[in-house]
Amino acid sequence: MSASGDLRDLYQDLILDHTRKPRNFHPLPQANRRAEGHNPLCGDRISLAFDVADGTIREAAFEGSGCAISVASASMLTEAVTGKTVEEARRLLGAFLTQTAGAAGTPGAADVELGKLEAFAGVREFPMRVKCATLAWRALEAALAGGQPEVRTE
Amino acid sequence: MTPGSTVIEASAATVAGTERVDAPPYDLDAVRAEFPILQETVRGRPLTYLDNAATTQKPERVIAAVADCYRHGYANVARGVHALAERATLAYEEAREKVARFLGAEAAEEIIFVRGTTEAINLVAGSWGRANVKAGDEILITELEHHANILPWQRLCEERGARLVVAPIDERGEVPLEGIAARLSSRTRLAAVAHVSNVLGTILPVREIADLVHASGALLLVDGPQAAPHLAIAVRGLGCDFYAFSGHKAYGPSGIGALWARREILAAMPPWQTGGGIVRTVTFEGTEYAEPPARFEPGTPNLEGAVGLAAAIDFLETVGRPQVAAWEKTLTDRALDRLSDIPGLRLLGAPRERASLLSFALEGIHPHDVATILDGEGIAVRVGHLCAQPLMARLGLPAVVVRASFALYNTLDEVEALAAGLAKAREVFR
Repeated sequence: MSASGDLRDLYQDLILDHTRKPRNFHPLPQANRRAEGHNPLCGDRISLAFDVADGTIREAAFEGSGCAISVASASMLTEAVTGKTVEEARRLLGAFLTQTAGAAGTPGAADVELGKLEAFAGVREFPMRVKCATLAWRALEAALAGGQPEVRTE
Repeated sequence: MTPGSTVIEASAATVAGTERVDAPPYDLDAVRAEFPILQETVRGRPLTYLDNAATTQKPERVIAAVADCYRHGYANVARGVHALAERATLAYEEAREKVARFLGAEAAEEIIFVRGTTEAINLVAGSWGRANVKAGDEILITELEHHANILPWQRLCEERGARLVVAPIDERGEVPLEGIAARLSSRTRLAAVAHVSNVLGTILPVREIADLVHASGALLLVDGPQAAPHLAIAVRGLGCDFYAFSGHKAYGPSGIGALWARREILAAMPPWQTGGGIVRTVTFEGTEYAEPPARFEPGTPNLEGAVGLAAAIDFLETVGRPQVAAWEKTLTDRALDRLSDIPGLRLLGAPRERASLLSFALEGIHPHDVATILDGEGIAVRVGHLCAQPLMARLGLPAVVVRASFALYNTLDEVEALAAGLAKAREVFR
C-alpha cells in the first residue's frame, strides 16, 4: 500500500453513506441483463440486474454482500447507470476503471463526467482495495456484453 | 456473523502449564532492538506487527547470518574439496544438527531440509504416500487443517483410490479424541494433524492422538509451523512419525524448513524429487540412491536459508523458549480480555489450550475494512480465509476473518493499540 494513502480518502462520507444505506438494493424480477461479481478470496458477491429496453437502462438493482467499498461501489453504479444508454454506460465504465484502477483509456471515456463516482479516486492509493471498488463494474461489463454470468476478481 | 454457528465465545485458556507473567521475563526492549523493521514507521506510526502467524520479522543476527554466508562462506554444499566448499558443507550440516536438537530428534540424519512445511508434506505424500497407500486405504485429517495439510492427501487419495476421512472439531474448536478414535481402522495408513490450528489457535493433544493412531497400525504426521516458534517440541516425546515446520514463521528466512521423520521410516522411503547429489551410482540402466537425508535433497541446497534458520534457532533459545511461551501467554490473555469487551466482536473458538493467535469478526463490518482501518493505525493483522476454507464453512462463517497473532517481540501496549484500533473501526462504520 502507498504510504501516502489516507484512510479519509478511502472511506469518504459519500461512500460510507452508500455502505450504510445501499440504494437499489433489491431483486429485479423483470431484468433482462444480469451478472455476478465474485471475489472468492474475500467472499464478496455482488449480483447486478438491469432492465434494458431500446438500448437504454431503465432500471438497475443489486443484491449480495461485501466490504464497504464493494457495496458502496455497486450502489453508486446502479444510480449512475439508470437512464443511460448502453453506450453511455460503457463509456462511464471505461472512465471509472481509468480513474480507479488506472486502466488504459477507453475510447470516449476521457469526456465522461464521473460526478459522484470521483469519490472512488482515493482507492488508487490502496492497491489492495482496488478490486473491491471495481468488482461491480466488472460485472456491469459482463452484463452489458451479455456473455459470462459470473466475473471473478482476485 | 452467521447465526447457527456452533463455536462458543473464547475463554482465556492458553498453553497448559505455562503461567502468565506480570512483566516480560526477558529484556523486551533489547529483543525489539534486534529487529530493524520494528524501528520503522508505517503510515507515520510505529509498526505494530500482529501478523506473526503468517510470518515473523527477522532479527539482525538472522539477517547477518544470511549476509555473512554470501560474503564469506558461500559455495555448493557437499560438492568439491576446496576451502569454501568445505566451509559451506560444514555450515549446512551444523545447521542440520541444530534443527535436530531444536526438534528433539535422535540424529541429524532424521532432518530433511525443505522449502517449508508445504514442501515437507508434499514430500511425505509423494514418497511415503505413493509407496504405501493403495486403493481402499484411508488417510485421516481433521476439520481444522490448513490447505497445505489437506490438498496433498486429497490428491494422493484421488490418485490411489483411497479415502480421505475427516475427524470433526467440537464447539470449542478442539478435536475430540473420540472423533479420531471412531474414524481409525485397519484401513487407516496415516493420520495428518496440525499441532496448532492457524485459525483457532487450538493446540492439539498430539501425544494422545499418536497413541490412538499407532494402536490402529497407522503413522502420524504433525503439521507444526504454528507450534515451532511457540512451544517446546520434542518429536520423540510427542510420539509422532513425521513433523514439519517452516523457518520463516520462526524468525528465520523464507524458503527453508525441515521435515523430521523417524530414521527407519526415512530409510524405507523412495526419493521424491530426483536430481544431482542424491545418488551413489547412476547408469542409464538404473540408479542406486544415497541414504537419507541426502536421498531427499536433490539439487543445490538452500545453504543461506539453513544457516539463517540455525541463527534463528540460536536467537529463540537465547531469549528462552519457556520465557517466550510465558510472555506470549500474557499477551494472548490480555488480547482475549480486551477483545471480549468490544461489542459485536465474535472470537472464533474457545480452545482450552491456545497458542498465541486469535481470529475474530466484528459484526456488521467486513474483515477487509477492519484490517484497512487497523493498517491506518500502523497495525498489521491477517485478513482472509486463512487457507482453511473447509474450516470456515464448518464454522458457518463468512468467507473471511481477521486474525491477530503475537510473537516474542510484541508488547502489552501493542495489544492495547489493537483494541483501540478495533474501537475506531466500530466508530467509522457506526
